[in-house]
Amino acid sequence: MRFWPRPGSPDPAAAPSAAAGARLGTPQDRLRSDSQEVARQRIGYTIAIFGLLFVAIAGRMGYVSLLRDGGEPVQRVAARGGALQGERADIVDRNSIVLATSVPVMSAFVNPRLVLEPQDAARRLASALPEGKLEEFSEKLEGDRSFAWIKRGLSPAEHDRINRLGIPGLDFQAEERRIYPQGSAAAHILGYSSVDNAGLAGVERYFERELQAGEPLQLSIDLRLQRFVEQEIARAVRKFSAIGATAIVLDATNGEILAMASLPTYDPNRARTITNEALFNRGTLGVYEQGSTFKIFNTAMTLDAGRATLDKIYDAREPIKIDRFTINDFHGQNRAMTVAEVFKFSSNIGSAKMAMDVGVEGQRAFFDRIGMLKPIPIELGESAGPLYPRHWMKINLMTISFGHGISVTPLHLASGTAAMINGGILHRPTLVKRAGKADVGRRVVSERTSVAMRQLLRLAVTEGTGKSADVAGYEVGGKTGTAEKPGRSGYREKALISSFVGAFPMSDPKFVILVSVDEPKGLKETGGYATGGWVAAPSFKAIAEHIVALYGIQPGDWKGGLAPLQVASVAVPPPLPASALTSRARQRTVDQRKALPARAPGAGPAPGERRHATE
Amino acid sequence: MIQVPRDDRSVIGQWWWTVDRWSLGAILGIMAFGVLLTLAASPPAAERIGADSFVFAKRQFLFLPMALIVMLGISLVSPPHVRRLALLVFAGSVVLLAATFVIGVEIKGARRWLSLPGFSSLQPSEFVKPSLAVISAWLLAQSRTERRAPGYILSTVLIGAVLGLLILQPDLGMSVVVAAVWAVQLFIVGLPLWIVFLGGIAGVVGLGLAYLFLSHVRSRFDRFLDPTTGDNYQVNTALEAFMNGSLVGRGPGEGTVKAQLPDAHTDFIMAVAGEEFGLVVCLVILGLFAFVTLRSLNRASRETSLFITLAASGLAVQFGLQAAINMASTVQLIPAKGMTLPFVSYGGSSALAMAICLGMMLALTREHAGLREAV
Repeated sequence: MRFWPRPGSPDPAAAPSAAAGARLGTPQDRLRSDSQEVARQRIGYTIAIFGLLFVAIAGRMGYVSLLRDGGEPVQRVAARGGALQGERADIVDRNSIVLATSVPVMSAFVNPRLVLEPQDAARRLASALPEGKLEEFSEKLEGDRSFAWIKRGLSPAEHDRINRLGIPGLDFQAEERRIYPQGSAAAHILGYSSVDNAGLAGVERYFERELQAGEPLQLSIDLRLQRFVEQEIARAVRKFSAIGATAIVLDATNGEILAMASLPTYDPNRARTITNEALFNRGTLGVYEQGSTFKIFNTAMTLDAGRATLDKIYDAREPIKIDRFTINDFHGQNRAMTVAEVFKFSSNIGSAKMAMDVGVEGQRAFFDRIGMLKPIPIELGESAGPLYPRHWMKINLMTISFGHGISVTPLHLASGTAAMINGGILHRPTLVKRAGKADVGRRVVSERTSVAMRQLLRLAVTEGTGKSADVAGYEVGGKTGTAEKPGRSGYREKALISSFVGAFPMSDPKFVILVSVDEPKGLKETGGYATGGWVAAPSFKAIAEHIVALYGIQPGDWKGGLAPLQVASVAVPPPLPASALTSRARQRTVDQRKALPARAPGAGPAPGERRHATE
Repeated sequence: MIQVPRDDRSVIGQWWWTVDRWSLGAILGIMAFGVLLTLAASPPAAERIGADSFVFAKRQFLFLPMALIVMLGISLVSPPHVRRLALLVFAGSVVLLAATFVIGVEIKGARRWLSLPGFSSLQPSEFVKPSLAVISAWLLAQSRTERRAPGYILSTVLIGAVLGLLILQPDLGMSVVVAAVWAVQLFIVGLPLWIVFLGGIAGVVGLGLAYLFLSHVRSRFDRFLDPTTGDNYQVNTALEAFMNGSLVGRGPGEGTVKAQLPDAHTDFIMAVAGEEFGLVVCLVILGLFAFVTLRSLNRASRETSLFITLAASGLAVQFGLQAAINMASTVQLIPAKGMTLPFVSYGGSSALAMAICLGMMLALTREHAGLREAV
């Protein structure tokens, strides 16, 4: 077979045509053969031009593959879609204190192909950057590649030193570096960012686009309070040898988060040293069974549903046995109690019976209404959804009444508590300062229920388990909670989440404070106890006192007055004797703290079991 | 080799002895490189969009056999039928092209694609190119040989309308190819040289106007002339890749450029070839494209029917020009222009349209003993 048809060869197609052109004399045919001849010629030119084009491409390919050297490195413009829009915007606290900012820095990089004497250059670099290793530099400089970072974020002195070395192939790139001037303060809220200035956690990641576009971000947090809260829970963690803790201060009137801390924490300036454990935000990502603090919601639910009033009486003499489970009381009163007393003594039995008055459907609907079955729509990627039973049954109804069998984040608890006491409005918690436009929120319980809840929370502090949270003159109200953490098989008695959630002033609540300590160990001075009342309530008090001092609040600065609740103990005896008097009951509470909780023999937790003693 | 007797009068038998088997072989070679390079270049692109690593490769393995079947099927057709087919494809694709303005999907700032069920997206302008080349060849040939037919005017009007639609997309690369193919056809049909000269000036003025009035064209051109003025990321990375590959490449899978180039599996696929397989393989691929283009042009010049000559050379020019523009922009010989490398770059519309183009070209460059007067 011929490769290229030879021109002028006896071509079966071409030859007759040429002959025909010569023989047949009609103008049409002559035109045809003329045009054919012109076409042939011009295609010849076209082929020549195309040939040249292909040869040029081949030549250029050869040149760029073999001969071309990298040349002078061109200042690289980041391929970030369009021109750089100035620097990444600042993040400030509610008083405009800078929490995160960007500073221009120089970074040194090298094109190893252009380095003439790699060994020598590496030695000189090592002397200019003492903290770098010589082997690292020589490895970078000798590699068969055209790009390697030497060091990013040089100090001006380092920049100058390297520049003076005059190493060919070495160049600088202007970059931005993210600085967190407050160190580890508010680390879990801010998050951190990569060397390329991309937010990797916290609001840095959540508001990536806005910050990148240069829109400054003002947070709702108050750095002064944030710092104090962090110190206070760190103190509690040290004192009780806990593994972690979290605290949240929320503005009850609009959902703004004034402080939120989680321990262990990290320094966002040192992104490389951050461990996963430190990165974990307990406040919004940790879901825990909250224990007795949930009795706030259980009581509000029962009152709001009209199933009980504060002095309705529940019989809490006998533990409830359901299926294989037994529901017991920690501060067992072994008598009939009013709703107020159930709350004050944190009775599991009474709570379960109150919940039964509302029923499974009512309870589920209520918890859904107050946002306990959905993730909190907070401005953080680190936001976890609650865990709750898929099949909500009678046993779940009972355990959920005292905060077990449902796991929510501490922020859920704080936000729900705010709604119970602020007049009944659930606000969306936020980390961003609500400038002007107030969040109208959503009514979840009646004004009346909310007033009753304030009275109850105040009662739990004046007479119940939360005495150590009280700040004289500031009408502190709150509820303790101590939940055993679930282990591999059932609950672990020694592994507690001890918390206190409350607010002040109870006549017109403004600040909701939650403190939760993870696995505190009992101390001699606490009688070996590590319950919410001993561990978390004192921290609550410290934070409340700090708020009072910080904002200069005087007793009586608030409107209205809350009638203190008169709790008459129920005097309906059966067999139980002398415990009918309030004074005696109070005495019992103290006694109970000294003794270990009474447990049914052999009733150790079985897998999946929902039997607990909660404070 | 398949044994087909020379006196076989069946359709396939006739086809086998008359089709340009050398070009056909070269096209199959290009497709084979396409398979190889898609496997090498597309996984990082697929992973970037969060899809299965081989989703592009798998789709391309569906597109290429389809394209091959379409190409071989069309190459069986006789020249008059090629003309009719072109008319059908043209009518259909112009309607779809117009439809992109109404129901088109906007990708990277241009409304060039139609979303069709089964086909993830279809780019009608790809199909306009080959069919328009055949139709304008017919109009020009009629005008030249019959004199009375108003072919020149008709073809000018047609080209003007299509160019208008393409620029509105906006799809400047496609418009350049369509205009260039038409210009070459005018040149071949025997346009007086002074008009050719004027046309060249008009083309330069047109590009100048595009530079002045279309901001993305201006930015591309500025960056080509002065690389420091802006983002030349893709081109610089591509050049780096050729440098890394050198003569024989770093070896299959050893390349890094495909992870950095957003268009490594489409417009910049030659950079992946350069890095992983080296200059030698790049030159082989370039050689295959040049071979098919030049050989087909040469065969077209020997045809006795002006229509066939014009149509076949128009299709060959389209094929060659697209390959040349793609490769020349990858090695920064010309400003970066989004253009797929026929059968090698990933893309269903492009592969199918190129199959129609080459199928018609192969049909027209068959040895038409005894057919010449029928056209």
